[in-house]
Amino acid sequence: MKIAKLLTTAVAGALFALPAFAVDLKIGLQDDADVLDPAQSRTFVGRIVYTAMCDKLVDVSPDLKIVPQLATEWSWSADGKELTMKLRQGVKFHDETPFNAEAVVATIERNITLPESRRKSELTSVAKVEATSEYEVKFTLKAPDVTLLAQLSDRAGMIVSPKAAKELGAKFGDHPVCAGPFKFVERVQQDRIVLEKFQDYWNKDKIFIDKLTYLPIPDTTVRLANLRSGDLDMIERLAATDAEAVKSDSSLVYADAVGTGYMALYTNIGNGARADNPFGKDKRLRQAFSLAIDRDAVNQIVYEGTAVAGNQPFPPSSPWFDKDIPVPARDLDKAKALIKEAGFDRVPIELQIPNNPVAMQMMQIIQSMVGEAGFDVSLKSTEFATLLSEQTAGNYQLSRSDWSGRVDPDGNIHQFITCKGGINDTKYCNAEVDKLLNEARASTDDAVRKQKYDAAAVILNDDLPIIYLGHQSWIWALHKNITGFVPSPDGMIRLVGVKKAG
Amino acid sequence: MYTYIAKRLLVAIPTLLIISIFVFSLQKLLPGDPILAMAGEERDPQVLEFLREKYRLNDPVPYQYVRWLGAALQGDLGISLRTNQPVLHLIGEKLPVTIQLAIMSMIFAFVIGVPMGILAAVKKNTMIDYLANIIALTGLSIPNFWLGIMLILLVSVNLGWLPASGYEPFFSNPLRSLETMLMPSFVLGNALAATLMRHTRSAMLSVLCTDYIRTARAKGLAESSVVLEHGFRNAMLPIVTLTALLFGELLAGAVLTEQIFTIPGFGKLIVDAVFNRDYAVVQGVVICTAIGFILMNLLADILYVLLNPRMRAAL
Repeated sequence: MKIAKLLTTAVAGALFALPAFAVDLKIGLQDDADVLDPAQSRTFVGRIVYTAMCDKLVDVSPDLKIVPQLATEWSWSADGKELTMKLRQGVKFHDETPFNAEAVVATIERNITLPESRRKSELTSVAKVEATSEYEVKFTLKAPDVTLLAQLSDRAGMIVSPKAAKELGAKFGDHPVCAGPFKFVERVQQDRIVLEKFQDYWNKDKIFIDKLTYLPIPDTTVRLANLRSGDLDMIERLAATDAEAVKSDSSLVYADAVGTGYMALYTNIGNGARADNPFGKDKRLRQAFSLAIDRDAVNQIVYEGTAVAGNQPFPPSSPWFDKDIPVPARDLDKAKALIKEAGFDRVPIELQIPNNPVAMQMMQIIQSMVGEAGFDVSLKSTEFATLLSEQTAGNYQLSRSDWSGRVDPDGNIHQFITCKGGINDTKYCNAEVDKLLNEARASTDDAVRKQKYDAAAVILNDDLPIIYLGHQSWIWALHKNITGFVPSPDGMIRLVGVKKAG
Repeated sequence: MYTYIAKRLLVAIPTLLIISIFVFSLQKLLPGDPILAMAGEERDPQVLEFLREKYRLNDPVPYQYVRWLGAALQGDLGISLRTNQPVLHLIGEKLPVTIQLAIMSMIFAFVIGVPMGILAAVKKNTMIDYLANIIALTGLSIPNFWLGIMLILLVSVNLGWLPASGYEPFFSNPLRSLETMLMPSFVLGNALAATLMRHTRSAMLSVLCTDYIRTARAKGLAESSVVLEHGFRNAMLPIVTLTALLFGELLAGAVLTEQIFTIPGFGKLIVDAVFNRDYAVVQGVVICTAIGFILMNLLADILYVLLNPRMRAAL
């Protein structure tokens, strides 16, 4: 009798533990995430995993508006130096500890003080963060910084369980505890990251996936093959060359969104001795170079029409794009005239590029386009880690570099162009541009900001320290039975509302 | 015999030291700053400097080496810059995966290569011999990555017989594990099979024309017994040595196959580590590979002695 009772309990327990129709979703990622700690991580792919695991104070909608997530509403003080946020009630972390203002304060302070934290520069404007009630926090800033909201829509605003953070310290990434729809189960480096539905998630009724597995598969052909064979349900960063194949496959769904980032060429304007050359010194040559490129043709040939031509840090579809400076059409005569005006017939240029086939193909096309105008471009293909350090050290003349993009326009421009910008590898420095970009950062009025960015765009488009080429799209491919997925310009995979049919 | 093994192990120590110095200095000569490579897009100078200090990358290289060596002798191979995990843990996690792949590839290579080699030798200069040679040459000439992708497209995508990639540890689900490893080990074993076939054939040929084989035949023994018992047993000596060496190579050479089939093994570990300038991991993996090679070499020599009684006198 006892045994029978025990068996019944065991069977019932097993049935309870394993939902009858557990829905598994397998997502193929382009690469493996680094440390799974929002404070320490730095990879794009890590952000994709966090989107399922760690809720943020605010989120970003597909049209790039800041929308509520853990914070339900917020307001700026008149001088733009205080941000007050009301927090969602009844939210729990994956370890069942409650979410409240204290947790927000602890996380933000951790992001600022943890020696390993990579979030410091994103939160430099924060002087103080305090809990004004159980569900209200106040950020006091050193100087007005409207971009803080966008920072809080990413890793800097992911609130982690204070208990777990305290216990694990810098090793938090071994077992991350957040308040998102899915909780961490296990991770095998370079193989998989497994999450499962968090039963106490505040928005659990809109989560239809029970188990989520991320598999890093770097080779794009293999990633697509896995999708086709049914081993994966969804893949991210499909190669543009495979777009047609997916569109013509009736069992798959194609989805894309123009990203917030850009593809560009950085000119060494003032970074060490190698800046001392005509191309770095004479803006007419840079203007000629830019005019000699047919950006639309490049997009059609290399990106199968999935990218968008561009000449600014924001894509033409963005509200921040200055429509008065449209993407220039190719003008060889004007380019030749500018080169002549600068006193040259032919201009030799060394262009360093990352050694991946797509970048290589793109730059070979550009090499031949600008060759017709009078530029003798020699391509120097370099492995990515080397390219980065050469660029920082100023050991380049012209360097191809991309930026994955940020939600707030400031994130795409300020640190690259301002005199003391953290990633200003061109060492371009213009007091007027600095002033405009600093003012744009300080204003809480979008109309005022837009005016400043437009004014900066006029100067930058004339000086051309960075020659923008275009904007890539994020491309996803999914099985037809996956519904509810909304492509987002930030490249993230949001799983709220995503369903998988039998 | 034991003195011989002990001597060989002692010689391994300076070899490992030289390899470690070589790798350590070479990777320091590589352009590209590991901290910058790690930071990628996010290059906050303050954080970068903190990390350089944390991992003591600002110290002089010889000093870094001595510190690494001291720790390594105590079983600490350092911490991965990218994932914050101990290198030893990463190696412990990845090595069994690659060993499983290597063993399965070796089985493939053996099952295909050795019988084909014997057959080719026995049927020398016939159609069978030519065919076996053509197959072997084809096997040698097909690049792994191409064969891998073709197999994925055919077997997984079109026929849906096997999973396209991924890995399952053998002891957690043996059947699934074998399923996922079948294609990669065939791809990796394919070129080896060709090498083994060529060597088996020539070893068999040289054995088959010796006097004792002629004697065996003259005694009226069945041809199968002549070929397998008298011939193959003797021809096995060089094949055993070769197999042990090839196994060592397999451990190091699984890189491409692991990339294509997304197997989280040793090969993938080192490729990612090199690209991320994850020095501690590169160093650890190279040293472990070297130890593997040295051990396999030693094993080959021991087996050779065990199989060939004449060698014992020479020790």
